Amino acid sequence: MKADPKGVLTGAHFLDGDHACCEGALAAGCRFAAGYPITPSTEVVERIAARFPSVGGIFIQMEDELASSIALQGAVWGGAKAMTVTSGPGFSLMMEHIGYAAMVETPCVFVDVQRSGPSTGLPTLPAQADMMQARWGSHGDYEVIALCPNSPQECFDLTIKAFNLAEVYRVPVMMMMDECVGHMTEKVVIPKASEIHVEPRRYTTAKPEDYLPFKAEKNSAPPMVRAGDGYRFHVTGLTHDERGYPVTNAEVQDRCVRRLVDKIRANARQIIMLEESDTSDADIVVVSYGITSRVAVKAIQQAREDGYKVGHLRLVTAWPFPEKRLRTLASHVKAFIMPELNLGQMYFEMQRCVEGRAATYLLPHAGGSVHDPELIYQKIAYAARHMRVKEGKEKEAAK
Amino acid sequence: MTTEIKFGGFGGQGVILAGIIIGRAASILDHKYATLTQSFGPEARGGACSAQVIISDDKILYPYVTRPEILVAMSQEACNKFLPEAADDATVIIEEDLVKPRGVKPGMSVFAIPATRFAEELGPKMILNIVMVGFFTAVTKLVSHKSVRETVKGSVPLGTETMNLMAFDRGYEYGQALV
Repeated sequence: MKADPKGVLTGAHFLDGDHACCEGALAAGCRFAAGYPITPSTEVVERIAARFPSVGGIFIQMEDELASSIALQGAVWGGAKAMTVTSGPGFSLMMEHIGYAAMVETPCVFVDVQRSGPSTGLPTLPAQADMMQARWGSHGDYEVIALCPNSPQECFDLTIKAFNLAEVYRVPVMMMMDECVGHMTEKVVIPKASEIHVEPRRYTTAKPEDYLPFKAEKNSAPPMVRAGDGYRFHVTGLTHDERGYPVTNAEVQDRCVRRLVDKIRANARQIIMLEESDTSDADIVVVSYGITSRVAVKAIQQAREDGYKVGHLRLVTAWPFPEKRLRTLASHVKAFIMPELNLGQMYFEMQRCVEGRAATYLLPHAGGSVHDPELIYQKIAYAARHMRVKEGKEKEAAK
Repeated sequence: MTTEIKFGGFGGQGVILAGIIIGRAASILDHKYATLTQSFGPEARGGACSAQVIISDDKILYPYVTRPEILVAMSQEACNKFLPEAADDATVIIEEDLVKPRGVKPGMSVFAIPATRFAEELGPKMILNIVMVGFFTAVTKLVSHKSVRETVKGSVPLGTETMNLMAFDRGYEYGQALV
């Protein structure tokens, strides 16, 4: 399906990431947003409040983030595409309803413009410290999808992608922005509506008497119904069977939760987006995401000029994590370096996938700014030195 | 080529809009890369405000300005604060009635304009930022005259275009006479 031209601001604009995210949502067909403004995500809802009503959409400033994160799900079940927007402290409050969205399979988008924490932290400065919270913040077993834009252009492009993924897999999709990307203004090109792919909601074709709202094909999400079309359905956060009714036993729990997890794990290859450069001959690979992936490229370019065999793996999709790709790379790469704006989150996921077959280095940053590219360069040089020392020792031992 | 620019002044002078106009003109009409970041820290709430713009022929990787090659100072406070971090051969553009630059290094070129007075002659004082944008365009030649003029027209409130274009032209002509 193509985008509704009404919501598409075709042309070249000079926009910040927050505004671009709003335009992406409009292009994707989002017509309902609920939120409680919080720095550095406020500009997203400011624009939503100005723009949504002009295309027949609705924005509600709710009393808090708990209310926002459930109001949007009401809108989705009523037929709309919907999202909420927040930052750190608000994201913490939304965890309960992210679990609900995962359990009842509400296709929806949560935008988190990350700032430094914990608690209220540094409201006006960047961090990437909500990455594990995005994945594990709600209780129970579930899977989500999380995307990490590194420019205002990508805030637009990936917001559309987030809505499309939400419809296909019926999961909450997280847009993991950060203050730097959100408040950075750059050129954003918005294509014609006819060039934007929008995933339509999948509705059942079954007769009302045959319809089972939570019956799905293997490794996929079930189709939905239009409210008011005469189908009976029941939605609950309790463990439910295919009819949507609560069942309290281990067998149904296993079936219910396993499907929620498998529909993402089994489709990880289709979902995951990566950008890779110079990894085929690399001894060292820098793995990065979000704003850090831009800064990392500056260091990598310099290191390659200076003769280091270093490549770059950029995670556009942070969740699901590209386990297979890392395992494959670990068969020839000797060291992995991960700079991130936290004191070690995605690094440990990377380390787990490398399984000790290569050296791994964390380059932490507590947030409040971005890495100085020089520090990333120094880490590359450090890893290369250690690699040579290790190889020397191995040769010595072989003699 | 990459150029780092810092616009500084106090809240209400249109400092951010000046940066946006230059960045927009460079990226949309001159087809270069431009990245603008603003200071959102507590210092931005005490009256002082700044916009940082990077203009480059290549993709901009590191988003922040660290050593401005062009400093536009519209308040004394901004000049005091940002001049020490400017490059040794920076171009320093000041509003001459509001700023007396201290600590100018020998390699720097200073260009001064009574932008507030010009603005008042043309209309409200608040268009001084557009006078500065015109002056910036003439003095730095970093972004084309046509692109900036066009961008000014599209970036100011409806109904104020003529007045703002006069402000732009006034600043531009004053700058042309100096270089």
